[in-house]
Amino acid sequence: MALAGLFLISFLVVHLGINLLILKDDGRESFNIAAHFMVTNPLIQSMQWVLFGGFILHILLGIVLQIQNWLARPQRYKVEGYSHTSFFSKYMIHTGAIIFAFLIIHLINFFFKAKFGEIPHIMINGESYEDMGILVIEKFKELPYVLMYVVWLLFLGFHLDHAFHSALQSLGLNHSKYTPVAFGLSRALAILIAGGFILIPVLIYIS
Amino acid sequence: MNLTLKIWRQKNATSKGKFVTYKVNDISPNSSFLEMMDILNESIVLKGEDPVAFDHDCREGICGACSMYINGRPHGPDKAITTCQLHMRRFKDGETIVIEPWRARPFPVLKDLIVDRTSFDKIIQAGGYISINTGGIPDANAIPIPKTDADLSMDAASCIGCGACVAACKNASAMLFVSAKVSQFALLPQGKIEAAERVHNMVAEMDRLGFGNCTNTGACEAECPKEISISNIARMNREFLCSKIGAPKVKEESGGF
Repeated sequence: MALAGLFLISFLVVHLGINLLILKDDGRESFNIAAHFMVTNPLIQSMQWVLFGGFILHILLGIVLQIQNWLARPQRYKVEGYSHTSFFSKYMIHTGAIIFAFLIIHLINFFFKAKFGEIPHIMINGESYEDMGILVIEKFKELPYVLMYVVWLLFLGFHLDHAFHSALQSLGLNHSKYTPVAFGLSRALAILIAGGFILIPVLIYIS
Repeated sequence: MNLTLKIWRQKNATSKGKFVTYKVNDISPNSSFLEMMDILNESIVLKGEDPVAFDHDCREGICGACSMYINGRPHGPDKAITTCQLHMRRFKDGETIVIEPWRARPFPVLKDLIVDRTSFDKIIQAGGYISINTGGIPDANAIPIPKTDADLSMDAASCIGCGACVAACKNASAMLFVSAKVSQFALLPQGKIEAAERVHNMVAEMDRLGFGNCTNTGACEAECPKEISISNIARMNREFLCSKIGAPKVKEESGGF
C-alpha cells in the first residue's frame, strides 16, 4: 500500500511537470514534444504497465484493508470520533473512491483518445507531432469540465494530505526529528500537486 | 451536579443490548467518574434492579482494567488518564453523558460495559516474552544498555493493556498495543535474540484475532492513558519488514544459562 502510494506520488509529480508545459506560451510546442516523448519512448511505455499495476495494487489493497477494518468493528459507537486525529486520514477510502471515479472519466477524455483516437497533427521544426495540447485546451474551454476537474483535484489534495508521511510510517520510517518534516512535506506535496493541477484548467479557461 | 447518563445495557454476551437512560443527582464535581458510577449503581440496587457492570480494579490508573467509551472517547475527555482518574468536574452540570463499552470484534461484550480482552493475552502468549530460564536476579549492570534505549523501552513497557487504542481506532486496530509489547523487548539486548520470531508471531496472532489495520490516523496515540507513541508502530513495522526480509530464525535449543 505504502510503496504503491509512493510510486503513484512520483508519477503525479512527473505528470504535473509535463502538464505545466502547456501553460508555456510557445504555441503548445514543448507540451506536444513532451507528450510525444511519453507516448513513443519505450522505457516510458513499459513503465506505463508498471504504473497500471501500481494503481490496481493501491486500489485493491485499499479496498481489502477497508473491508477488514469495517469487519473489525461490527457494532459501531453511538457517539464516536471525538479523538484527536488528522481530519483527512479518516476519509482516505472515501476520497480514494471519488478520485477513482473521476480517474475513469479522465482516462476516457485524454488517455484513450491519445492512444486510440484521432488527434490532429501539428508541425514543429518541420516534423509532424500529435497536437495533444489542442485536445486539452478545447476540453478546458467548457466550464462544466473545468469545475469537475477542480473538484476532483481538490479531493486528490485531501487524499495526498495523508499520503507521504503515512507511507513512511507504514514502512517503519519514523524519527523524532524528521517525522515532523515528513508531515510538512506531505502537506506541501498535497497543496503543490493539487494546486498545480488545478492551475491548468483554470488558467486555460480564463485565457 | 445533576447528570443524564445514557448507558449501554446488555444482559450477557449473547443477548442484544440497548441504551438505558439514568438520572443522577447531587454528584460532587470532585468525585471520580467511577465513584459517580458507584452512586448510580447504589440507587439501581435500592430499586431492586441489576446494577451496571463495569471493569475496575486499582482505581489509580495503573492496572488498565477500566474501559469505558465516554462521549465518543475512550477513558473520557481528558488526555493521558484512565477512566478511574477522570473527575466529574470535567463535565457540565446538566450534561448528558453517553457511556459505551469498547467496540471491536476481538473484544466481545460480556455484560453491560465489560468486554472480553482475552485477545490481548493471546497476542502476548504468541511471543510477548523472553524465553530463557532465569536463575537469580542478574547484576543490574551486567549488560550495559544505552540510557536512551532503556528509556524508550521503559516508555513502551508502560502500556497497561487497557485497549483504549483499539477502542479509539476507527479500524479497531491493535497496532499500538502490539507495537509497545514488541518494542519493549526489541530495544533491549535480551529481547533482540528472539526479535524476528516475536514480531512475526505477535502480528500473525493479531491478524488472526480480527483486529483492523493501521491507517496512521493517530487516534490511538491521542487516547492512550500512558501516552505510548506511534513511533513504536513504526519500529514494529521495521522489525516486521526485517523479519520478512531474512533475519535468521531462532532455533530452540535445550538448556538455559
